[in-house]
Amino acid sequence: MADSVSVKDVVQATHLDVYAGAEYLDKRRVTVSDISRPDLELTGYFNYYPHERIQVFGRTEISFAKNMSSEERLLIMRRMCAADTPAFVVSRNLQPFPEMLTAADEAKIPVLGSKLPTTRLSSLLTQYLDSQLAERRSMHGVLVDVYGLGVLITGDSGVGKSETALELVKRGHRLIADDRVDVYQQNEQTIIGEAPATLKHLLEIRGIGIIDVMRLFGVGAVRDRTSISLIVHLQNWDAHQSYDRLGTAEDTQQIFDVNVPKVTIPVKVGRNMAIIIEVAAMNFRAKSMGYDATKTFENNLDQLIQHNSDDE
Amino acid sequence: MEKRDFHIVAETGIHARPATLLVQTASKYNSDINLEYKGKSVNLKSIMGVMSLGVGQGADVTVTADGADEADAINAIADTMKKEGLTE
Repeated sequence: MADSVSVKDVVQATHLDVYAGAEYLDKRRVTVSDISRPDLELTGYFNYYPHERIQVFGRTEISFAKNMSSEERLLIMRRMCAADTPAFVVSRNLQPFPEMLTAADEAKIPVLGSKLPTTRLSSLLTQYLDSQLAERRSMHGVLVDVYGLGVLITGDSGVGKSETALELVKRGHRLIADDRVDVYQQNEQTIIGEAPATLKHLLEIRGIGIIDVMRLFGVGAVRDRTSISLIVHLQNWDAHQSYDRLGTAEDTQQIFDVNVPKVTIPVKVGRNMAIIIEVAAMNFRAKSMGYDATKTFENNLDQLIQHNSDDE
Repeated sequence: MEKRDFHIVAETGIHARPATLLVQTASKYNSDINLEYKGKSVNLKSIMGVMSLGVGQGADVTVTADGADEADAINAIADTMKKEGLTE
């Protein structure tokens, strides 16, 4: 779990301009994903000042400050410069007033700018910070993008997850991570999976070793991260276990607070796992688009039974 | 569930070769075996997972095993660690 992000990373990821304090970008760190608009603070109300947040100055703040005296502005800005204040950001291409630059320089806080309107800028910053500060967990499995759906293939070691992923890549799908998938929750419904830096684009195939999928199959065969839409659990065929025959079971697996749909597929010699996973993904898409083959079949069967019963 | 802490003394840390041997040892057992380092837990039967941790000299790691042969598994892993000079 990353507990902080450097302001430098924020600047790069969200394309901010640096007005002043470029030398402090590395040292200043953001620990919370919330953004503060210090409008009330400009009036002198500091009771609830969230000093640990990025402070965003929009049109309201800048125009309000225009009506303050220079001494007032400097006084207020100095109060805003806490030891853990990561940065001041001015939106809409507005110019920071000189007292902001003075106070920020004294406290070694960078002053940044953006072309975006304030609300857009705030949501961009929050989204980026959320993704970076979210709790991360590593899961054992292989993550592949199949027809644009993030499919997490899980199962015991040696069941053939990596081999299945290789065949999926050969069939034009994209690898995200092999063996260890780092996951975090992006919002209420979304779990994002990515590869740890050292394993990016790599796949381990027993008997061959480690292969670089991007070098062998090209950039089209890999993806950095994706949301996990479906979990496919591979299990060695067990004659005593009953498997879902109709597709009526609605199994899920919880990752953080999200219940991710899950299907369990028995593995047996002669079953082509890649094709089965492709079909599972397509079927899942069809279901989420409103077409459920199982339901349609059941309805038709009901009608037939009804019809035959009427005849009796 | 069996659990044991290890202090890694090898200069090169758990690099590719000892990682492979640890994975081979772990794979002989049916228990679920995990390696934990810096709050990240990976399957000790998975070579990529183990190597992704980048465990270096001086690191403290925890191995957990859960299953019928958990005690044997932990002992075998401890032996491999020692034989490979990962631990003292």
